[in-house]
Amino acid sequence: MAYKAKIRITLRPSILDVQGKAVQHALENLGYSTVDAARIGKYIEVTINEDNNIEAERISEEICQKLLANPVMENYAIELEKVNRQN
Amino acid sequence: MDTVTIGIVVFPGSNCDHDTEFAAASFSKVTTRMLWHKEHDLQGSDIVILPGGFSYGDYLRAGSIAKFSPIMQEVVAFARKGYPVLGICNGFQVLLECGLLEGALSRNRDKKFICRHMYVKVVNNRTMFSVLYDENEVLNLPVAHGEGNYYAPRETIELLEENNQIVFRYCDAGGNITEEANLNGSVSAIAGISNKEKNVLGLMPHPERASEALLGSNDGARMFKGLVEQVLG
Repeated sequence: MAYKAKIRITLRPSILDVQGKAVQHALENLGYSTVDAARIGKYIEVTINEDNNIEAERISEEICQKLLANPVMENYAIELEKVNRQN
Repeated sequence: MDTVTIGIVVFPGSNCDHDTEFAAASFSKVTTRMLWHKEHDLQGSDIVILPGGFSYGDYLRAGSIAKFSPIMQEVVAFARKGYPVLGICNGFQVLLECGLLEGALSRNRDKKFICRHMYVKVVNNRTMFSVLYDENEVLNLPVAHGEGNYYAPRETIELLEENNQIVFRYCDAGGNITEEANLNGSVSAIAGISNKEKNVLGLMPHPERASEALLGSNDGARMFKGLVEQVLG
């Protein structure tokens, strides 16, 4: 068994998302007048060869803190899914 | 000390390393060493400079991958011992990512990559990096960045102010700090900060690109000169 960690990284609400703003303006220009906001984040999938979900969870959390997200300006959410081991 | 060795870290994607070497080597008694990111040895450096560019292609976030390179482990230890470390542009982003400085840099307010000369005010001239400038002096320095919008939570900004860690702020030609002059939208118009101990400085403007009048400004040269003089004692 292994776990696939599906990690979503988003800018904190207090941070201006200029990419999202540009997309929102483009949608407005396309005529989607009810689209009020767009914010862009990152999606990262990591496969973790661990049988134990507590260990997989710990590793996912640790890699988000250490590398994948910058806690000063980003939030992250982790979703774990059981998958078959790759090797 | 009779001579000063300045180590310039080279990451894959650094592109201001040779400009920095040129600016740093223009003073007598200075030797420069290029430090490749895979090395573990600072080769006797008295000062370390992290140059501008796009280390590791700016993948994930600017500076995020560089912080785990072998050389950076040495640079962090060197800085923690109190030796001078200067981070320019991408080097500033690396210093923030590895926790030697506080805060983060996000995309410029107006989405544009800004490549032009800007005015920068010397807010604190009592650091090794700014000692040859007058307090409140207005410098003409070039910037070239897409992610230079400094951000830190209000408590951090208050601490930076309290400890005089804000060294440079964007301003207009007259030294006024205005919203228009703060082109990238940085909190508190911050262009450069130091750590609490004042031996680590990061800034977005490029002093090495303003090291000779021929380049449009030589206001950056005094940063290197001051630093070298401080180390020579």
